[in-house]
Amino acid sequence: MAEWTASKKRGALRVQLEPRLDVPPAWFPVAVSLGAVFVALILGGIVIAFSGGNPFATYAYIARASFGDIGVLSDTIVKATPIILTALACSIAFRMKLWNIGAEGQFIMGAWGASAVVLAPLLPPETTRWLFIPAMALAGFGMGGVWGLIPGYLKAKFNVNEIISSLMLNYIAVSWVNYWVFGVWSEGGFQMSPKFPTNASLPRLSDYAETIPFFRGLTTHAGLIFGILAAIALWFIVYRSRWGYEIRLIGDNPRAAKYAGINIVRNTILVMALSGALAGLGGVSEVAGVVRRLQTAPLNAGYGFTGIIVAWLAKLHPLAIILVSILFGALILAGREIQPSGIPKMIQGIILVCLIASDFLLRYRLRFTRGEVE
Amino acid sequence: MCTCFLVYLATSPLEHAVTANTTTDLQQPPLAVEMRGIVKRFPGVLANDHVNFELRAGEIHALLGENGAGKSTLMNILAGLYKQDAGTIKVKGKTLEFSSPRDAIKAGIGMVHQHFMLVPSQTVTENILLGLDEPRFLMRLQEYDKKIADLGDKYGLKVDPRTKIWQLSVGEQQRVELLKMLYRGADVLVMDEPTAVLAPQEIEGLFETLHSMVAQGKSVIFISHKLNEVASIADRVSVLRRGKVTASGVPAKGVSRQELASMMVGREVALAVDKKPKTPGEIILDVKDVHAENDKGLPCLRGLSLHVRAGEIVGIAGVAGNGQVELSQVIAGLRPCKKGQALLNGKKVSNRDTRYGIEHGMSYVPEDRTHVGSSPNLSVTDNVIMKNYRKPPISKGSMLDMSAATKFAQELKEAYDIIVPTVNTPVRLLSGGNLQRVILAREISGHPNFMVAVQPTRGLDVGAIEGVHRLLLTQREADAAVLLISEELEELIALSDRIYVIYEGRMMGEIKVEGAEPDKTLMDAIGLMMTGTPLEQIHMEGAPTHG
Amino acid sequence: MDFVVILQAGVASGTVLLFATLGEILAERSGVLNLGVEGMMLIGAMTAFSVTIATGNPWIGLLTAMLFAGLISQIHAFITVTLQADQVVSGLSLTLVGAGISLVLGEGLSKAGTVSLMPNFSIPLLVQIPVLGDIFFKEQSVLVYVGYLMIPLAWYYINHTRPGLHLRAVGEYPSAADALGINVYRLRYFYVFIGGIFAGLAGATISLAVSPGWFSELTTGGQGWIAIGLVIFAQWDPFRAALGSYAFGALRRLILDIQAPLTLFGVDNPFYYNPYLSFFLQMLPYAFTVIVLVIGSREAIRKRLGAPAALGEPYIRGERGK
Repeated sequence: MAEWTASKKRGALRVQLEPRLDVPPAWFPVAVSLGAVFVALILGGIVIAFSGGNPFATYAYIARASFGDIGVLSDTIVKATPIILTALACSIAFRMKLWNIGAEGQFIMGAWGASAVVLAPLLPPETTRWLFIPAMALAGFGMGGVWGLIPGYLKAKFNVNEIISSLMLNYIAVSWVNYWVFGVWSEGGFQMSPKFPTNASLPRLSDYAETIPFFRGLTTHAGLIFGILAAIALWFIVYRSRWGYEIRLIGDNPRAAKYAGINIVRNTILVMALSGALAGLGGVSEVAGVVRRLQTAPLNAGYGFTGIIVAWLAKLHPLAIILVSILFGALILAGREIQPSGIPKMIQGIILVCLIASDFLLRYRLRFTRGEVE
Repeated sequence: MCTCFLVYLATSPLEHAVTANTTTDLQQPPLAVEMRGIVKRFPGVLANDHVNFELRAGEIHALLGENGAGKSTLMNILAGLYKQDAGTIKVKGKTLEFSSPRDAIKAGIGMVHQHFMLVPSQTVTENILLGLDEPRFLMRLQEYDKKIADLGDKYGLKVDPRTKIWQLSVGEQQRVELLKMLYRGADVLVMDEPTAVLAPQEIEGLFETLHSMVAQGKSVIFISHKLNEVASIADRVSVLRRGKVTASGVPAKGVSRQELASMMVGREVALAVDKKPKTPGEIILDVKDVHAENDKGLPCLRGLSLHVRAGEIVGIAGVAGNGQVELSQVIAGLRPCKKGQALLNGKKVSNRDTRYGIEHGMSYVPEDRTHVGSSPNLSVTDNVIMKNYRKPPISKGSMLDMSAATKFAQELKEAYDIIVPTVNTPVRLLSGGNLQRVILAREISGHPNFMVAVQPTRGLDVGAIEGVHRLLLTQREADAAVLLISEELEELIALSDRIYVIYEGRMMGEIKVEGAEPDKTLMDAIGLMMTGTPLEQIHMEGAPTHG
Repeated sequence: MDFVVILQAGVASGTVLLFATLGEILAERSGVLNLGVEGMMLIGAMTAFSVTIATGNPWIGLLTAMLFAGLISQIHAFITVTLQADQVVSGLSLTLVGAGISLVLGEGLSKAGTVSLMPNFSIPLLVQIPVLGDIFFKEQSVLVYVGYLMIPLAWYYINHTRPGLHLRAVGEYPSAADALGINVYRLRYFYVFIGGIFAGLAGATISLAVSPGWFSELTTGGQGWIAIGLVIFAQWDPFRAALGSYAFGALRRLILDIQAPLTLFGVDNPFYYNPYLSFFLQMLPYAFTVIVLVIGSREAIRKRLGAPAALGEPYIRGERGK
C-alpha cells in the first residue's frame, strides 16, 4: 500500500491508497477515462504552447476539421476504419496478455497480400468485384495472420518476448513492401504500384451519388463494414464462445487456465494469428478502399500504434472500439494539417500515459486523512 | 499432544477472556518491548484493536492466535513494516516511532518472517550484509564470510556463508534469517510461525537455538497457532483473537491447553470427527513408481507408489517441499512424469492432457487458491464453470450458454453458502473461506470419483475449516476416492483412513489410522518418517498398525 | 570493402546500442521493464542536437540530453512504481510520448545545419596494436571510449558493490530488501532515471557523433527496441551486452558498405546491380534481433535462469513476494 505525505504542517495531510473491495458503478470507469483524456488534452496544450503554438486554436481546428460537416465526418470515418481493425487486433491479443505491438507490420503485410492478388496478378483485372474483393480480403487476412503467427509461435515454443519480435517484424514488413513498391511493382520508377482496377477497389458512398445525391463527395468506403462486422464477431467470440472464455481465462490467470485443462501454447499461436489477421484486414481495407494502389507511406502511418491506444481506451471491448476509433480518426485527420506535425502523435502518447495513470483510480480508493497531532 | 487444534465441534461459545496479571513486580527485569493501544485498520478489517503487548528481557514470549487473528500484523508493526493507526511502542523504556524496518532494526528488533526474506540468487553473506552501511561501497566478502561463520558458531547456527540461498534447505535458510538479525545486533527476535516449514526434529534444533539465545541475553517473540509448541517453548503467552487481546502475558506453565484453545477460538474445541467406519472399494487411483522434477529441474519425486480406493480418504504427510505438491501435479497432468505412471480407473493420467482427467471424474483442489485455483478478475460464474464449460448445458456447440452458466453458479451459491453480492462479482473480492467454497463447490459439483485436495484448510478460520472437513467426508460417503495432502498432521489423522508419509520424494511408509485419537507413538513414528527414517527402521513398541 | 573500416565504424555505431542496453539492464535489474527506450533515445538525440546548435557546445548538448531523457523516464517510474500500473503499456506510452515530444520540439531541426560534434581522437600506444588498435582506438569519438569504460564499470558495480547488491536484491526479491530497510520505491525510481540518462546518452551519441543530425523518427530507427532485445540476449550481463551491441553496430555498417563495391567475393555484387535488393539488407538487423532473442530465450530456459525474478511486477508492501 503506497502512502505519501503531502504536507508536513498541521497534522500532515496523508493520501492513502486502499484497494477497492467493491465493484465501482458502471459509469465510473467511463468517467475516469474521459477525465484522463481531458487531462491529456490539457497537458498536450501545455507542450503546444511551449513550442510556440496556440492550443485553443489547435483543438478548435481539430474539432472543426473532423466533425464540422458531413463531408469531413465522412473523412473522419475513413480514417477511423483502419484504426477499428488494428484496435480489434490489439484488443484480442491484449486480452490474453499477449503484447502484440506489431499490428503496424501485420497491417502492412495485409495490404501487401491484397495487392498481390491484383498486381502479381493472381486474378485477371477484369474479374468481377464479387470475386476480387473476397479474394483480396482473404489474402490480406492470411498474410496478416502469418505475420502475427510468427511472434506467436516463437512465444509459444521458445518463450521469445513477443513485444520485441512483433515490433521487429514491423520494420521487416516495411522493407518488404518497399522492395515490391520500389522494384517489382513500381509504376514507371515511382515509389508506388499502378492503380488497382475499379473491380479491385472497395466501393465508396460517392460511387452511388447518382442514385442517392446525398452521397456526393462522401469517401466512406465498404471497409467500414469489415470493421463493424469484425467488431461484432469479436464480441461474440470473447463473451459468448468457449474459445473466448479460454482466452479470458488465460489472460487473467494462465496457471488457472492450465489447471482447467486449456492448451496455452495452441491458444497463444491462434490468438496471435487472429490478431495479425484482423490487422491485415485493416490493411486490405486501407489499400483497397483509400489508397487503391500499393504504396508504403500511407500504409506505414502509425495505425498499429493508434490501435494500441484505442484498444486500451476502449478497455478492450470490441464495440467500444468503434466509437473510440472515430475520435482518434478525427485526431489523425486533423493532424495532417497541424504544425508541428508531431502533435497528433504526442497527444496520442499523452492520452495513453494519462489513461494508464488513471487506471489506479479503478483499483484503489483514495482516502485523505489528517494524521493525528500528538 | 491431542489438544492441538484438531477438529472442532460446535459448542456454546464460551467467552472467558483471562485477565492476566499485568502489574509488574519490582523484581521483574525491565520491559524489552511495550506496545500500548495499537490499532491497525486494513480496508474492511480491523486487524489490531487496541492491542497491548509486553515483552520482558530474556524471555520467550509466545503470541498465540488463529490465522487472521492479527498476530503477524502486530509484529509487522513492531518490525516497522506497517505503521500503526494509533498506539505507542516503547523499546527498553523509550518511546519510538518506526517509519521503516530500518528504524526497528536500529532499535534492536529483528523479525524472521514466515516466508523467508532471502534473495535466492545471492550468497548467505550477501543476504546478511543487505541493507547495512558497512562495507560502504566495495563488497570484498572474505572477511565477512569469516565473521558470519564465527557468529554462527556462537549461537549454534551452522551454515556455509558462501553458499547461495537457493542451494540451502529450508531449515538452513531459517538459520540465515536468524543470523541476519543477530548480525545486526538484534536483542529482540520475532519469529513468525517458525515451525511451519520444519520437520519435528528440526523444530527441536530450533528450540535449542532459541534457548541458547535467551541464555545469552536475547528476548524472543514466538508467533504460533500451535498449542503444543507454545507449551514446550514459551515462558509466557499472549493470545489474540480477531484483533483483540484475550490473554496477555500468562505464564505458560500456569494455563491449560484447553484454556488457551478457547481463548484462541472463542469456544470450546473438541476432538472428534464424525467419521463412520466404511469398507473401501476398488482402486481408483494407482500411482506406480513415479519420478518427476521440480521447477528448478532437480528430482523431487523418486519412485513413489501409492493407491487410493473408492470411499476412503488417504492422507499424504510430509514436511512442506518434499514432493507433495509435485505429486498432485503429476496426477493432474500439470507436471511431466519422468518415469512410472499414475492411473485413474486403470487409465493413464500422468503425462496426459489435463483435460483427460477433468473429463474422467478427477477433481483437484490446488494448494494455491488465488494463483492456481481461481481467476481473480473473472466473475464467480466464470470461475465455477472452469471445469464443465466444455459440456452441455453450459456448452452449446462452440458457444457458451451464459444463462445456463449463471443458473449453475446461482445454484452453487445457494448450495454451498457462498457469500457474495451477485454471481457476477469478480472473485478477487471474496474472502479466503468464500473463495475456497467456490473452488470446492466447483470441484464437487462434477461428482468426481477421485479428488486430490492440497492443503485445503490452510489459512482458513475455524468455521471454514470445519466446513471443508465436512465436505471431504461427504465425498468419502459418496464413495469417491480422496487424496488429502496436508502439512497438519492432526488434520490428516482425524480425516484419513490411511496415511502415506513421504520424504524427499520417497515413500517412508504407510500407516492405517484407526480412531481419531492420535497417540504419542504414532505421532512420533510419523515424525521420524517425515525426517527420512523409513517405517521398517522404526522400532515401535505396540505399534498400532503398519502397512 | 575494408573489414577494419567496417568494424571501426561498427564499434562507433554499436556504442549507441551499448549505452541504451546498459541503461535498460540497470533499470531491469531493479525490477522495472522500461519499453520506452526508443522514445527516450529520440528525446536525447533531439535535445543534444538542438542544444548544441543553440549553445555551440556539444558537451552542454550531451548533458542536457541525458537530463531531459532522465526526466522523461520518471513518467514511467511514477506510473509503474507509485501507481503500480502495467509496465508494458506504460513503456509503450513513454515511447509514443518521447517520439511525439521530440517531433514537436524538433520541428525544423533537420534543416538547422551542422553542429560541432563530440571530439574524436586516437589513444596513444594502444592504437599501435595491429588490427585491434585500428578498430578500437583510432580516431574514435570520446563517447566510444566512455563506452569501453562503462562495460567493466557497470559489471563491477552490479556484482561487487554495496549499491549493486541492493540493486540486485530489489529486482530479485523486493520484499526482502524492504524488510531490511532498503527503500524499494526510491531505488526503482533511481534506476529508471539512470536508464533514462543512458538512453539519452545513446540518443546524443547518434546525433552528436555516429550519424550527426536530426532525422525525426529515423534518427533512431528502432535501435531502442533492438537494445531491449539485446538485454535479453545479454542475460542482464554488461559484457554480453557489449558483445551484442558491437556486433549489431558492425552489422549496420556492413549493410551500408556492402552495397558499394562492384564485385563481391569475385562475383558481380547483386546489391550494386539491383539496388532494390538492399531492402532485404535493411531487414537484417531486425531479423537478427529476432534470432538473437530466440538464442537468449532458449538459453534462459535451458539454464533455468534469466530475468530478475521481480521484473515487471509492481511492489506493494504487505503483499507476499514469491
